[in-house]
Amino acid sequence: MKKKYWKSLEELNGRQQQDYVGDHLYVNKNEMSGLIEEKSLNTSSSRRDFLKLCGFSIATSALIAGCERPVQKAIPYLFKPEEITPGKANYYASTFFDGDDYGSILVKVRDGRPIKIEGNDLCPLSDGSASARIQASVLELYDSARFRHPMEDGSQVSWEYADKRVIDGLRSAAESGGKTVLLTGTVISPSTKSIINKFLQKQPGFQWVQYDPLSFSAVLEANRICFNSRVVPSYRFDNAQLIVGFSADFLGTWLMPATFAGQYAGGRRVPAEDPQMSRHIQFESSMSITGAAADERIQVKPSQVKGVLRYLYDRLRGSMPVSIPGFDATLDRIAAELDENRGRSLLVCGINDIDIQVLVNGINYLLGNYGPVIDFMSRIGLRSGDDAAMERLIAEMKNGEVSALLIHNVNPVFDHPDGEGFGQGMERVGVKISLAPSKDETSALCDFVCPDNHYLESWGDAIPVTWQYSLQQPAIRPLGDTRQMQDSMLKWLGEEVDYYTYLRNYWQVSVFGLPEAGKEFDDRWNDCLQKGVFITSIPEGPQPSFNETHLAEIPSGSTVPAGEGFFEMEITQSIAAGSGRHANNPWLQELPDPVSKLSWDNFLAVSPADAESLSLATGDIVRIDGDIRIAVLVQPGQAPGTVSAAMGYGRTIAGKVAEGVGVNVMPLAGFAGGCTDYRVNISTPERTGEKHKMALSQTHHSMEGRAIVRETTLGEYRGNRSAGNEMRQKILDHMYTLYEEVKFDGLHWAMAIDLNACTGCSACVIACQAENNIPVIGKEEVYRRRIMHWMRIDRYYSGESDNPTVHFMPVMCQHCDNAPCENVCPVSATNHSDEGINQMAYVRCIGTKYCINNCPYKVRRFNWFGYARSDKYNSYMNDETGRMVLNPDVTVRERGIVEKCSFCIQRIQEAKIEAKNEGRVLSDEELLPACAQTCPSKAIIFGNIADKNSRIYKAFQDKRNYHLLEELHTLPSVGYLTRIRNKQS
Amino acid sequence: MDMYNTAVRPSLVEGNKSYRQVTSDIAGPAERTPARWWYIAMTVATLALLFGLWAMYVTVVEGLGTWGLNNSVGWGWDIINFVWWIGIGHAGTAFTIFLIVFRAKWTASISRAAEAMTVFAVMNAGLFPALHLGRIWLIFYIFPYPNTRGPLWVNFNSPLFWDVFAILTYLLLSVTLWYFGMVPDLATLRDRATSKIRKNIYGFFSMGWVGSVGNWVRYEALAKILGGLAAPLVVSVHTIVAIDFAVSVIPGWHTTILPPYFFVGAIFSGFAMVLTIMILIRKTFALTDFITKSHLDSICRVLLFGSMVLGLAYVTELFVAWYSGSEYEFFTFFKSRATGNYSAAFWIMIVCNAIIPQLLWSKKIRGSLGAMLVISIIINVGMWFERFVILISSLAQDYLPSSWVGYSPTIVDIGIYAGTFGIFACGMLMFIRFIPMIAISEVKGLTNQEKVNREDDNK
Repeated sequence: MKKKYWKSLEELNGRQQQDYVGDHLYVNKNEMSGLIEEKSLNTSSSRRDFLKLCGFSIATSALIAGCERPVQKAIPYLFKPEEITPGKANYYASTFFDGDDYGSILVKVRDGRPIKIEGNDLCPLSDGSASARIQASVLELYDSARFRHPMEDGSQVSWEYADKRVIDGLRSAAESGGKTVLLTGTVISPSTKSIINKFLQKQPGFQWVQYDPLSFSAVLEANRICFNSRVVPSYRFDNAQLIVGFSADFLGTWLMPATFAGQYAGGRRVPAEDPQMSRHIQFESSMSITGAAADERIQVKPSQVKGVLRYLYDRLRGSMPVSIPGFDATLDRIAAELDENRGRSLLVCGINDIDIQVLVNGINYLLGNYGPVIDFMSRIGLRSGDDAAMERLIAEMKNGEVSALLIHNVNPVFDHPDGEGFGQGMERVGVKISLAPSKDETSALCDFVCPDNHYLESWGDAIPVTWQYSLQQPAIRPLGDTRQMQDSMLKWLGEEVDYYTYLRNYWQVSVFGLPEAGKEFDDRWNDCLQKGVFITSIPEGPQPSFNETHLAEIPSGSTVPAGEGFFEMEITQSIAAGSGRHANNPWLQELPDPVSKLSWDNFLAVSPADAESLSLATGDIVRIDGDIRIAVLVQPGQAPGTVSAAMGYGRTIAGKVAEGVGVNVMPLAGFAGGCTDYRVNISTPERTGEKHKMALSQTHHSMEGRAIVRETTLGEYRGNRSAGNEMRQKILDHMYTLYEEVKFDGLHWAMAIDLNACTGCSACVIACQAENNIPVIGKEEVYRRRIMHWMRIDRYYSGESDNPTVHFMPVMCQHCDNAPCENVCPVSATNHSDEGINQMAYVRCIGTKYCINNCPYKVRRFNWFGYARSDKYNSYMNDETGRMVLNPDVTVRERGIVEKCSFCIQRIQEAKIEAKNEGRVLSDEELLPACAQTCPSKAIIFGNIADKNSRIYKAFQDKRNYHLLEELHTLPSVGYLTRIRNKQS
Repeated sequence: MDMYNTAVRPSLVEGNKSYRQVTSDIAGPAERTPARWWYIAMTVATLALLFGLWAMYVTVVEGLGTWGLNNSVGWGWDIINFVWWIGIGHAGTAFTIFLIVFRAKWTASISRAAEAMTVFAVMNAGLFPALHLGRIWLIFYIFPYPNTRGPLWVNFNSPLFWDVFAILTYLLLSVTLWYFGMVPDLATLRDRATSKIRKNIYGFFSMGWVGSVGNWVRYEALAKILGGLAAPLVVSVHTIVAIDFAVSVIPGWHTTILPPYFFVGAIFSGFAMVLTIMILIRKTFALTDFITKSHLDSICRVLLFGSMVLGLAYVTELFVAWYSGSEYEFFTFFKSRATGNYSAAFWIMIVCNAIIPQLLWSKKIRGSLGAMLVISIIINVGMWFERFVILISSLAQDYLPSSWVGYSPTIVDIGIYAGTFGIFACGMLMFIRFIPMIAISEVKGLTNQEKVNREDDNK
């Protein structure tokens, strides 16, 4: 007899098991057997089980059929590195220097990946802040346009081969008797300079040319002429009571904008007890953020600047100036003001013209500003490029005198006025070696590309000012088979050491002056490495004496060129693009220019008056000087008779982001008096009849009489601390509610923005983008007014359209305690935390967009497409490498949901957890949102308003404080402090 | 019995019809092979429907970015069309209530077609709120039921949530009302059917109706109950749609006048659409005896009334915008709508809704089919622009001028709108093809029965 197997007592006892599930519904056992456990089939299954299984199988088939999930790899450490704790960030102090800008930085590294840059608060120059370009630089680490390996004529080679060929090339160049030229940007690294010096000694016919696309040649040359010292002195905007700028955008692009903005804001902060602030007059033709910040902005044509300066100089010296029509009264007044502020005024000029810079030096000298405000004892290391040397180099190359050319960190084919000539010259050079880290117009013409590392993969040092050393350390191993420039140079020199060893030796001997590398050196080195900077004593001493000879020869009077039918054009820099070296950075490309609000393009700024007479409108494509076709933007504040356009656009070989964006206007620039001349006379712009899509993120420019940005003058403020903000009291008097007021005990986060300090520099916008994984959506989508930035800089004009007052206002989610968005969301996806934060629960959001509509501030953003993943948008998030920059603490939002500012909730949580782990009370000084952290002028105050001793509480008590659209009773947690301008009369 | 033929109101059914004639006149079109124009119309409607399906596919697969919306204008053509269709969808139920609750017998011959129109219009309207979701695949989040997500409940404070229920209840009720009202007529068609298939299909849908006294008693009872339920719903659904706007803080939306104004606007646009369709139907199907000029005249009077209420509402809004002293309201109404970027749409709205319908004061115009057809269409154009003005001008230019934008629809927006016309037209064409478009049993009650039937029997 067959052995009887039984599964249940019922079966054993002979009671028939039913193949039923539930009462009526028969289930095919074979079909379901894979899904159903044996047990459940044979015990009494209920209808509930059946429904569960049905649900499961439907869900499974739907999942399998519909949602093919991409495979993502997450491989845990087999051996955990000591300093890495998953989920916790490490910060490394390092140095940013790209040839144009310097910044001492902290690199935030999560799980071995640098994900964010922050300013180093131990560095007096940075003071914790970082400009938009520095903030954005982390993204370039993951740029797909970077070279991954050495190349010969575009094809991959090994480093051994490349080194051999380069060394051979250099040797044959030396043997041929031709010159070997090393062309670099400004080098501020002392150790690199010493390596270059070694080259100089070893390689016969070696020549080192430093080239700056944003040239300071005229300043250097003028200082040589006047003070016999070819350096850039340091400027102290905080010590100046009266600042007069001439086309120098020192808050946006001139020399060290982030540092200067910090200093400037220091002098502009008005204490309520004793209202004092510096005064700022700006002469300029194109509208910059510096002109926008000024108390008085005077339009001047580039050609008039020299005459104006001469007038001021003569007036101050007591001699009879030659009249400048239309300016005399103003200039007399300004001269009188300058006279009152001797020793505490500052004249700066951004025009690259030696005569002009000599005049500026002369005036500053007359006023006794050297010493207290301009200091020759502490020199700025930036911008040591020599335009004349570059000009000579091009000539030499064309003559075939150069046998070998090494190019590092510059792209003259693109950004030199005679880029074409440089390119032609390159054809006659024997061997051309590029050390460019990513593809550009110049490296494309080179025989060899020996790619440099990204700065976050490199060692280095810098002396940005005489008294500060700065160290740079890698935060990640090179992503590709690249090698840092110094290592390549050492290799080609035949040195055995690597650069790291070389750098340590250099610091031991030359910086610390230690005879041997022992414990003392290690301690000091590690200390510097941790702090990022090493500050020596600030040198004191007499300022050089002034040589008047050259000044006396400068002719008086206006030098306005005669004739009609031309426009004076100034080539400017934009905050985002600079010289164009970061053009392949989508964050920067999408950053709206603070004044014009245009992203993804440069433009020809035309004054409203000229636009009317030429019947031009924003978006019209015009032809200027032959071949250059550029779109017009009617820019209020542009001086009539002048136009301007930013350099750094129109890259042709740079990567998928930059190519085809904007127009390169550098070929228009000239060369005059030994300096690159960014001022040119162009023929009248000629309409082509074509239209260009302008990706503007703001198109209405008037406040329509609404009290949005509130302003007052220093005089009024002295008499009345709530000047300009009177309506606030009225609103508060009328404010009542039927509902019980919500109380927040413990923590109530709030933010105050000092409109007096904000310059509109937009560093916060990029910091926010980096911190919060904000997608880049590309030109077309920005054009459709869908920019995703959680923080925006609103810009309004008031007054006359020819020379308006410009108002900036950073706007992000106002975290209203009575938020209109919260009660309209049908699925409660947005709600209020008990710390006063308006939160978004992304997983709950179904995308009705009701909250977007009902937000009076329009700060909510919608994922119209799958921006984060799709290849259609210029987002960095859609490629494997680019995704490495994402902040793992912040969700990447999918298509169809709403997102907005969270007050950097992840930072708040991190600080709270830390405080909790350490068993202490959280202080609001411990944390800052990304925007407040990076703000160069410290305009953003953040903290816990429930704490009566906090800075934010005090800011909210300030009579200048008001809330945007307070009359709607939204009870915002963001306050704004009235802007005060130091206007005369 | 001549109680409906008074001096004021002429006969509701003309032509001295007998019951048999009534039945064959009305059931005829549903039993004949349709004319050629029907096929042509169906083809056009289907093409529009396909266009719409493509647009919906693009929306769901690529995202809402394919629409013309932006950071400031979060609702555009989607919600304009939603409000427009739901407004049109008011007429059917309103007619039925007039018939059942107010016993306005003149609406008997119109209510069936009007109800059909309502059902298709509300279906169209319901499409938009679904499609406008960023993540339509999570639409079930909006229903409150115990769930495994926490459970997470919906936000009962949100008018959008009320909307879901208002629309779904309304759709359910209007379908029910329409269907149960049809049962006796479906039974008539079943009884007249010559083929077995027809007999079975109509038989299935007529639910075993035999026309007994018991049937009729229940039928009447149900009609009264449903009518009673529907009466408040007609008011509530558009009121709640209006509340979507009224509870917001946006200038031009945040006004208490919106609910009554929307309700009247809805009846107005619905009646205009009914007028359009009735004029077309009576002409094409030779139903002039049932849908008489007197019917059309009555609809025109309602339209005249609606037009005046709307005109008053427009003026009131403007007055309050000025009187409130709110600079934002003032801007929206006077600088954005009346004289600014949206003035064209605003004046189209005023002219089409408040001025042109005043022509209906003239008896001559109320008697001219052509004029009435044109006016009825103009009214619905005007009502579309009314919603456009409310939606777009308020959102595109609200509080902070930095966020002011322009708005224009894309081909996808247009496609979906065209698609809803396709759905509507297809639905109506199927309706007139298969279902008696006038309630036969109701109309029979209006004929001069005794005399006529006696004569008919004598023949």
